[in-house]
Amino acid sequence: MSRPETTAPPELFYNESEARKYDSSSRMIKIQEEITTRAMEMLGLPNRPCYILDIGCGSGLSGQVLEEAGHYWVGCDISSSMLSVAAEQDSDTGDLCHADMGQGLPFRPATFDGIVSISAIQWLCYSNAADQDPKLRLNRFFSSLYTVMKRDAKAVLQFYPETPEQAVLIAQCASRVGFSGGIVVDYPNSSKAKKHYLCLSFERSYHVPRALTGAETMSVASGGAMSMAGSAAASAVGTFDALAAASGNVSVLGRERDEKTRRMTKNGRKALRKKHSVEWVRHKKEQMRGRGKAVKNDSKYTGRKRPTPF
Amino acid sequence: MRLVTHNLLRCNIRGLTEEQGYPLRIQADKVETIPAPFNGDLLQGMVRKMSWQGLQSALRDLGVMEEWRAMEGFPETPSDEFLQQLHHVLFEVHVQDGTLVCPTTGRSFPVKDGIPNMLLHEDEV
Repeated sequence: MSRPETTAPPELFYNESEARKYDSSSRMIKIQEEITTRAMEMLGLPNRPCYILDIGCGSGLSGQVLEEAGHYWVGCDISSSMLSVAAEQDSDTGDLCHADMGQGLPFRPATFDGIVSISAIQWLCYSNAADQDPKLRLNRFFSSLYTVMKRDAKAVLQFYPETPEQAVLIAQCASRVGFSGGIVVDYPNSSKAKKHYLCLSFERSYHVPRALTGAETMSVASGGAMSMAGSAAASAVGTFDALAAASGNVSVLGRERDEKTRRMTKNGRKALRKKHSVEWVRHKKEQMRGRGKAVKNDSKYTGRKRPTPF
Repeated sequence: MRLVTHNLLRCNIRGLTEEQGYPLRIQADKVETIPAPFNGDLLQGMVRKMSWQGLQSALRDLGVMEEWRAMEGFPETPSDEFLQQLHHVLFEVHVQDGTLVCPTTGRSFPVKDGIPNMLLHEDEV
């Protein structure tokens, strides 16, 4: 099943029928509630009613959790169908706003005590028009986020990165505008339960919350020069620390993928599609071996272009 | 859209400074009053955060709370009556249909079914 983000822009993908799913599917409702509750736990809000911004509020599921916790919230979303469903709730303490987060957040400076976002910000990484540059949108989003948060506020943004590189891109953008923080990965060894939370703060000394089920934390660098870390995690919990920029390769402890799994990822399959490429030749040789045929061993010459034509 | 939300909204067209684009003028076509439970803690928190200037502008546009026109800011020790009235204007008055107008650029943002549309055109970003 392809990701929603590669299917259509969010204002079209989240049409009426999709919006209804969020309203009626008990599984979806339960998942969204769980994620929101976890995000609120990580926010660590004081024990009084606060002003919260819910970015990509969708059908208002997360808003309900905020309301039940006694907070006033403003939710913004780009899809009018989703907002219509959210409006049906007639929330006592929440209001809705039709806006595109990639254009910046239309609020006064230093307004919010906390920010949550559930499964939304990865949409910024996909451009749906020739003039929509993901990096620009990410930058606009994070700069405006920086502005509208109060100085003691935090942001917890749960998102679904398509690749580790995308997660790094998002986190780096956040750090570049001045935030401290990092990405917390809950249940990193389960493909279904795995959740990424980008936790942001203004405090230099901020430590991101501990991930669930012995999960490690991925931390990302702030500003200046990137230093290479062999693997992510343990070294710097809570500070933005360099991660894999140079090699373009992000390793997550305990998730070393074997040859077969790597080939079956999207980029792996793309390489396989090119007939007679090195990857294709290796794949074919492996296939033949599986069928029990006699196949020469692989070497550095496997699949290489020959110097002279046969 | 409650007035408490209107108090937070500003026009974020490119090129405006942080003080500009606020407060948005309200041209209301449909205003509703929907009762909401009084929450003293929430209200106290709001008073610290809100812009009195923004609130006055909204009340003037809607033509309500004339008696507050002369007040310079939130009272130091608000009376219970004041808090009740504040709760009413902030949380119970809903602008359902209308337009929000940026005081700096004149750009209008429509409000439909209580939801303001703050989407910008590509050349405004």
